Parts: sequence; C-alpha cells; structure tokens
Amino acid sequence: MNLRSTLKTAFGALLRNRARSLLTMLGVVIGVGAVIVTVAIGAGARLSVQQQIASLGSNLIIVLPGSVTQSGARTGSGGASTLTPQDAIAVAALPGVSAVTPVVTVRTQVVGGGNNWQTTISGVAPTYTYVRQWALASGSFFSDADVASAAKICVLGQTVVTNLFPGTSPIGKTLLIKNVPFTIVGTLAARGQSGVGQDQDDTVVVPYTSALQRLTGGTFVNDMMVSSDDATDTSAVQATITTLLEQRHRTSGGQDDFQVRNLADIASAASASATVMEYLLASVAAVSLVVGGIGIMNIMLVSVTERTREIGLRMAVGAPGSAILAQFLVEAVVLSLAGGAIGIILGCAGTYVVSALANWPTVISPESMVLAVVFSAVVGAFFGYYPALKASQLNPIDALSFE
Amino acid sequence: MSVPVVRTVELHKDFTMGDQIVHAVDGVSLTLEQGEFVAVMGPSGSGKSTFMHIVGLLDAPTSGQYELDGVEVATLGKDALAALRRNKLGFVFQAYNLLARTSAVENVELPLLYAGVPDAERRRRATEALGVVSLSDRLANQPNQLSGGQQQRVAIARAIVNNPSLILADEPTGALDTAASFDVMALFGRLNVEHGITILLVTHERNIAAHADRLLSFRDGRVVADERTPQVVSA
Repeated sequence: MNLRSTLKTAFGALLRNRARSLLTMLGVVIGVGAVIVTVAIGAGARLSVQQQIASLGSNLIIVLPGSVTQSGARTGSGGASTLTPQDAIAVAALPGVSAVTPVVTVRTQVVGGGNNWQTTISGVAPTYTYVRQWALASGSFFSDADVASAAKICVLGQTVVTNLFPGTSPIGKTLLIKNVPFTIVGTLAARGQSGVGQDQDDTVVVPYTSALQRLTGGTFVNDMMVSSDDATDTSAVQATITTLLEQRHRTSGGQDDFQVRNLADIASAASASATVMEYLLASVAAVSLVVGGIGIMNIMLVSVTERTREIGLRMAVGAPGSAILAQFLVEAVVLSLAGGAIGIILGCAGTYVVSALANWPTVISPESMVLAVVFSAVVGAFFGYYPALKASQLNPIDALSFE
Repeated sequence: MSVPVVRTVELHKDFTMGDQIVHAVDGVSLTLEQGEFVAVMGPSGSGKSTFMHIVGLLDAPTSGQYELDGVEVATLGKDALAALRRNKLGFVFQAYNLLARTSAVENVELPLLYAGVPDAERRRRATEALGVVSLSDRLANQPNQLSGGQQQRVAIARAIVNNPSLILADEPTGALDTAASFDVMALFGRLNVEHGITILLVTHERNIAAHADRLLSFRDGRVVADERTPQVVSA
C-alpha cells in the first residue's frame, strides 16, 4: 500500500469524523498559535530595544569628563572640565576611529518665529550626523569651514521646529540663542525618545566653535562621541582612547579625569535580556503544544478502541500491521499538521490584534512558523505512534469480535 | 485432481480458561476440494467458529497441519498471512462489517487497496463485483442507506472482488429476515455454480445449510458427521 492510498485512507477516516477531528486539533491549534504570538511579542520587544540602542549611534563610544580633586575636594563624576576640542582632534587620528565629535551642551531659552522655547543647544562637529546616525529632514548641515569660522548657523530638531515654527519651514529664518542671531540652515529627522525616555528631537545643533566662543565663552567640551570602525573592535578602540587621553592629560589608572564608555556592552546586555524573555515566552507556549500533543494521543487511543472492529475488518481483508500503523500514524500527523496550519493563521491574527490593541511592537518571524509546523508534526508522530502501534498489534479475531 | 483448497491434518486449538484447558478444536482432519459449497453446523461452543477462524488465517492452530491451496501456513509470519488473506480469501460476516459513512463501491475496493491495485482498475473491479451481486445502481450509497440484505450483498461483493480461492461466511444470514436470507443464499449458490468459488459457510439453521452441497457437523471440537446434503431447496 503506497503513501498516496495511505493518505487517502487517513483523510477519509478523519473526514468521516469531522467534529472529533476538529476537537482533537484544538490543542495543537492553540499551542502553535500561542508559540507564534509569544515569539512575535518577544521578537518585537527585542527589536525595539535594539532600535533604541541603534538610535544612539553606531559603534558609539562616549568620553565623559571624570572627577578631579581641587584643593583636596573631589568633584563628582563629570565634574571635571578637562576635555578640549584638541583632545577630540587627537582621538580622531587614532586607528580604528572613524569619526569623532566634541559636544558642548548649553541649556537655554531660544527665540524664533515669534515664539520662545527652552531647549538644549549642542555644539558639535560636522561628523555628528554620522556618529549619531541621524539624517536631515531638510536643508543642510554645517561644514568644517563653518566650524573654522565659528559661523552663526544652526540646525533644529523636530520638537523645536514644531514649537517655534508650526506649519512653516524654518530654513533661512533666524533663531536667537542667548540673543545671538543664528541662521537656520537645516532640520534633523524626527527620532523620538531615547532609551531613557528623553526627547531626542528637543535640540538645536550648532558648530562647537560657535557654542564655545559665542554661547559658553569657555574652552572645554562637555563630552565626546566617538564612532569606531566596526562593532567587534569597540573595546580595543576604547582602550587606545584611554591610553591617548591619559598621555595628553598626564594621568594614569585611578586618577583619570575622564571616563570612556562603550554602548555596545549596554546594547548587548539589553538585547540579551530581551532574548531571554523571548525564549521564556516561547517555552511556555511550547508546553501548551506538548499538552496539545497529549490531547491527540488521548483521542487517538479512544479512536483506536472505538474503531477496533474496523481495524479487525481491515486486517481480515488483508491489511498488514504496517498498513494499520501507517494509517493511524498518518492520521495523527495530518491532524497535528492541520492544527498547526490553523494555529499559524490564528497566531498571525492574534499577533495583529495584540499589536493593534496593546500597541506593542511585534515581529512575526518565518522561523517561528516553520518551527511551529515542524514541531507540531513531530508532536503528532510522537504521540500518534503509541495508539497506532496498539492498533497494528491487535489480533484480528479479537478485533473483529470486539463489542 | 487439482490441489485441494483446504487440507487440515489433526488440527488442534486449545484455550486456557483459568486453570482449565479447553480443546476448542480437537483433531480435525478434512479436505475441501475446489468448487465445493460446504456448510458447517453445530451448537454454540462446538468449535465451528474457531475452526473457521483458523481456516480464515485469522487465528493460528495450537498444533496440526493446514495447507491452503497447497501452501503450508503454520510457519508463516503475520505479514505473509495478511498477504494470503488478501489474495486467496474473502470474508462475509454476520454483522456485514462495512465501513460507515463510506460508499458501497469504496467498501468493496478495500481489499484491493491493500493489494496495491491502481485506482482505476480498483474502481472497475469493484463496480464489476457490485454488478455480480446486482447492486450496480447502489454504487454511491453508504451502508446506512441500504437494507440489511443489500449491505450483506455489498459485503459479498467485497469478498469476491479479489477473486479468492475460498469464501468464508460466518452466519451470513444471522441478521437477515427470511426473504433476504434466501436472496443471499441464492447468491452464494450462484457464485459457487457460475463462478466456481469454493465456499465455507457457518450457520446453525438447517434450511440455510441445505443450500450447500456438503454438511459438516461439529460437536466438542470434532467433526461428527460429514454428509452430502439433499438438493431440495425450498423458499
């Protein structure tokens, strides 16, 4: 008896008992659906964590001022004013560093378009857009020449644009920062919240020389953002930056007046915890799939008992044990595969509902579907084997006279 | 003389009931020639059904020889026995044993399915067999849409579809009324005479047994009488 007739026989038997077949499938339907929904939710969570980290910039290393001791009093972390634009230029020359920007931060009131708004002014180098992986929405960014001449030009974040220039293009207009008129040359693309819930779009970006000379009047920068060549290299780059700055600042080990932080570590930790959550969810769902498989076994056992006379008859007309085994095994696998297929449909629908109602990011991965289907087939074969074996080992004469 | 369809020598079948051994078949030696129509009668517990199951390869004897179409079957494995059943035997049961919610023609096809006969030929032969039992107009009917007599005729079509050497009928009229019983027995007679099929029939009704040519009487696991039946058949 070939596979095609076996399939046909199995399908025939399942169709003869439609209601029971559907109920048997239910466990696998729910199991597969649950796996797909939970994996989609887990993957969505991981993706959003990754996106938040990526929004900070690629391969980002941040150099922050450290603590210094002045007249016996130690300032807190970040209390030192020791990082200079020249440090940034020196770091840029290091191997493995693709871009550096100093950052001078000033929080102040700005006036433009007849409105005023308090925001954060960032004095940076033209490399800023690359380091932060931040595209422009309109206009242009400033150049090295603008930095050299401490030009009075600025680029606005979207929050500032909406608050000062609602409904109009700010390009070419003037923005007063600490009463210094800056010409607006561009706007940054919207980025939304950072990983810690800060509005990244609430910013005005100017050349760092302009910030130092026209806004703060100082010579020190608040921090430095460094972009390394590629992600694997980041900790090595971190070490060379530390060495260089120790030389430049004539410090060592414990007395460093700066800190070098690597975002890749934070990123991988956050991503790893999201992955753990994803596995946790998937394994809980997998348990329900196993329970569904046990449901199939129960019903198949009942089915074998109920159909004992049918099995006896099939044996009497010449079915070998192997054909009976194959028939019941195929029935179980077909049941669980069909359950898997329905589960995928319900799982996708459920994922959509979760996304829409709970406003939760979800990612349906094809892998989870393939896995769910393969797993449900395995479940069917595994839990269907025992009842099928039991059927195939029936004694024909006992089976025929079974009441 | 051709090879006998069935030849048994000192066939025994013992069952253990608690600490007691029951000799259900107690030394049966007999021969069924090709084309014979044999009825087996006997009271309940006489061993006639057990004997029939052994002849039908549904049960194995405890000891003794059994040759089916010249093949010694005592040493054969399960799968070989299944193969012999689908190639050489046809079964008709008292309870018809048709698959529910399955059309007549599909029920008849069942033995051919396990014999690996291709779809088209299977359908052709099943249709032909239903023609022999005069049910050509009921091919698509399911068992619950057929009368008892019609269901038994479908079962007979299923028994002859593989051109068996021997048909084993276990109380085939037990669930039928007199008219349907007569139809079924007439059909067996016709299959025996026109198609030359050997038939072994178990019954405990004398007027049913009268349709056969030869009557075996069982008692306590033994054949106590083996006689020609008078060829007087009344409706």
